[in-house]
Amino acid sequence: MSEPVIANLNLAAASAEIFMVSAICVILLVDVFLSERSRWVTYALSLLALVGVACVTVSNGVDGRVSAFDGSFVADPLGDLLKLFAYGTVAVAFMYSHDYLRRRGLFKGEYFILGLTALLGIMVMISAGSLITVYLGVELLSLSLYAMVAFDRDSGVAAESAMKYFVLGAIASGTLLYGFSIVYGLTGTLQLDELAVAVREVGADKLGLIFGLAFIIAGVAFKFGAVPFHMWVPDVYHGAPTPVTLFIGTAPKIASYILAIRVLAEGLDAMVATWQSMLIALAVLSMIIGNVVAIAQTNLKRMLAYSTISHVGFILLGILAGTAEGYRASLFYTLAYVIMAIGSFGMILLLSRAGFEADRIDDFRGLNRKSPWFAAMMMMLMFSTAGVPPFVGFWAKIAVLGAIVDVGLVWLAAVAVVLSVVAAFYYLRVVKVMYFDEPTDSVAVEGGGTVRALLTLNGLAVLVLGIFPGALIDLCARALP
Amino acid sequence: MQLTWPILSVLIWLPILGGVALLVLGDRGIALGRWVALATTAVTFGISTLLYTNFDMATAEMQFVERAAWIPAFNSWYALGVDGIATPLIILTTFITPLVVIAAWTVIEKRPAQYYAAFLILEGLMVGVFAATDALLFYVLWEAMLIPMFIIIGVWGGARRVYATIKFFLYTFLGSVLMLVSLIYMYMKTCDAGQCSYAIADFQELPLALNAQILIFISFMLAFAVKVPMWPVHTWLPDAHVEAPTGGSVILAAIMLKMGGYGFLRFSLPITPDASAELDWLVISLSLIAVVYIGFVALVQQDMKKLIAYSSIAHMGFVTLGSFLAFDLLQVNGDTRGAAMGIDGAMVQMISHGLISGAMFFCVGVLYDRVHSREISSYGGVVNTMPTFAAFAVLFALANSGLPATSGFVGEFLVIIASFRADFWYAFLAAMTLILGAAYTLWLVKRVIFGAVANDDVAALKDLNGREFFVLGVLGVAVLLLGIWPAPLLDVMRPTVEHLVQQITVSKL
Repeated sequence: MSEPVIANLNLAAASAEIFMVSAICVILLVDVFLSERSRWVTYALSLLALVGVACVTVSNGVDGRVSAFDGSFVADPLGDLLKLFAYGTVAVAFMYSHDYLRRRGLFKGEYFILGLTALLGIMVMISAGSLITVYLGVELLSLSLYAMVAFDRDSGVAAESAMKYFVLGAIASGTLLYGFSIVYGLTGTLQLDELAVAVREVGADKLGLIFGLAFIIAGVAFKFGAVPFHMWVPDVYHGAPTPVTLFIGTAPKIASYILAIRVLAEGLDAMVATWQSMLIALAVLSMIIGNVVAIAQTNLKRMLAYSTISHVGFILLGILAGTAEGYRASLFYTLAYVIMAIGSFGMILLLSRAGFEADRIDDFRGLNRKSPWFAAMMMMLMFSTAGVPPFVGFWAKIAVLGAIVDVGLVWLAAVAVVLSVVAAFYYLRVVKVMYFDEPTDSVAVEGGGTVRALLTLNGLAVLVLGIFPGALIDLCARALP
Repeated sequence: MQLTWPILSVLIWLPILGGVALLVLGDRGIALGRWVALATTAVTFGISTLLYTNFDMATAEMQFVERAAWIPAFNSWYALGVDGIATPLIILTTFITPLVVIAAWTVIEKRPAQYYAAFLILEGLMVGVFAATDALLFYVLWEAMLIPMFIIIGVWGGARRVYATIKFFLYTFLGSVLMLVSLIYMYMKTCDAGQCSYAIADFQELPLALNAQILIFISFMLAFAVKVPMWPVHTWLPDAHVEAPTGGSVILAAIMLKMGGYGFLRFSLPITPDASAELDWLVISLSLIAVVYIGFVALVQQDMKKLIAYSSIAHMGFVTLGSFLAFDLLQVNGDTRGAAMGIDGAMVQMISHGLISGAMFFCVGVLYDRVHSREISSYGGVVNTMPTFAAFAVLFALANSGLPATSGFVGEFLVIIASFRADFWYAFLAAMTLILGAAYTLWLVKRVIFGAVANDDVAALKDLNGREFFVLGVLGVAVLLLGIWPAPLLDVMRPTVEHLVQQITVSKL
């Protein structure tokens, strides 16, 4: 610690984040001077920034673990993979949202700038090497999301859900921070790799540590939206404008995953037995509540919110296995889930038009009549999300189940699969209204060429990755050897 | 003689590609689309006959084997192969599907392209289920199959189609998911033994403790019993059959139910022989309940499709009975010949029931297309206006009641003989079907076909057209051929069945 700080700065490892900060500043400034008419420049610049940051990440790709800023910041293959995936997700989210925002007069710079700062928060979390960096990322992401939910200033519902999200989110952040402080007090370090050693010295079964861990788990569970810390999820998903729901439902899941990995698997890995039993409870409850309550929903965004909760249960299953295989499986699940979720929300955006949100399940009535192609895409997305082969969601499920069966939790696997049958019911209902019911109106599917092309790619990706899941699995295996 | 080209892959992917082509053509190009569907299914059937002509009847080994890396991370392979059990079922699948296409020719007016496409894709998946030798591949196809069937019942079905199709999907899905956990568990066991593998053959050789075997057996049993379906998890079947369009009912009865029987023979018996021996009483009693009790239930049905659906459950009881008698026979007196006879009977019963029940659903379809009623009371005296149809209907009814010289006789006879070797009372109860089957089927025929012309609808009926005559004629010939000369079928199966009996006599504890 006595050597000069500057020697361990290693700025190159953080070049992607530095690039992103600069890009955000530039876009923010440019946006101020743009007229309403030329707002597309912000959109184009944002996409350009994403392409740029991807290039930076790829050219700075690392083979092993590289630390910077005195260990507070790490770059590793897992981080690179997740970052690249997050850029792609955000870019696709922007492109899906473009038409919707324009039609509603919401095509403002804020959406894109807040989206990029949220992404920056995700990037910081991905590269976090210490609890402080983790917290920094969490807050940057959360604050951006609170503002995004409220960015349609005229919508009362959105304002209400932003308020809920903010209040509950602030409490959760406080909980997380409180847990961190207790752990810091007992171990004397914030840095994750030192923490892993220090916990062993202190003793993983020390009551104080378990006390701190409980608060950390509560914070992590809130960010995930796991039961019983899930109350915000349906309200925020439902209340936020659909492009924001699309955003919240996808990229931040990557952040939640890495939050759990960095803090639990890397920092507190000695306490695996303790957090395993906590996560089992969270996972089982999430799967039960998420799946059962989803059945009662008539609003598709709300239904997808509860479905997210149940999928979070599955992601937690992999993590709680506490093995490299489990983390890999969860990673795979997270990536697969993001691909499926972005497609499902994208479908809502595709079908919505001026004065029509298309966010009720009934709004999909007779889609097969109006557009067999997109009905087929939505059907594939729904079956995939339900975990029916031959779609990618099935393999995600298999990977997670394999990981928990391997550590002897066969009963948990049985519970999970039985609950996935409950889940199948509400996804089938969407397929039912699209295929078995007749349309209630004869308005053709609008939506621009980009959205159509992207959704087609998105739907086919679910099928192709379902038939050939090997590539994605290998990618995860390379990121987490 | 083995072929130099991958025949099984062709049988799987040709219909699927045909289905995709139909989707691309769409309803506007349906005039061409129908011929595409017919050509695809007919060619598929033609190719599948090569399976029989090139089949080596001297070995129990998998034949026409294909193997390609699929998911290295899970050690799962795109591995295909057929033996004496799978081959007849594949040929049955490729035989029935073109008939479904022909039967739908002018009948399906709503979104016909998607209708044919669903059946074609379904055909490919079903062939895949019978051909897969990798458990994960098997499971993927087994589940994927539900999707086209779900659509078929839901879009082209009757009034309560939504209820029926969701029930069908959830029932079968619930049945199968626990099987997945078992497969994963066994995969982990093979990893412990040093060589991770999803190959069914490796599972069959994997040593398993008795309590593990029992849990695995129960999970398999749930999956397969729902599919067969066995009493008391049969309730989805009458609903699904009644609401499904004719083609859907035919495929469901003729092929999908067989997957349950196939699963028992491929998975339950060889993978968990000790648990099967422990729990054979359970399967045997459920089978006998299906034969007797469901036989009585069939007797009181008012709806023709429902009656045939219940008759299917009763007949499929023979399949499970024949499969599990083997354990009883081996335990009691080491009677391997009797055991083989029971399994032979189960297999013949599956093929024969595929033909007969398919034919009977086609018959109901013929009437339904004209009168739009499935109620028995809407008919009466059909023979006066449709004599050719009546001839076919009586033929299939007699086959359904197990008349000698029809295929229905062979399977039931073999199973009853085998059950005699095990226990008199098994045979007594199983033989009840000869009375009950005859009672409900012939009573159905009496009420629908014979008597005076019941109403104006019946008076206005027109006899079979060429298309319908062809479909029923082909099935009639098959039913009679198999009844008079079942040897070709038995010859194909023999080595495999003997090998299977060998497998189940060896304990895996």
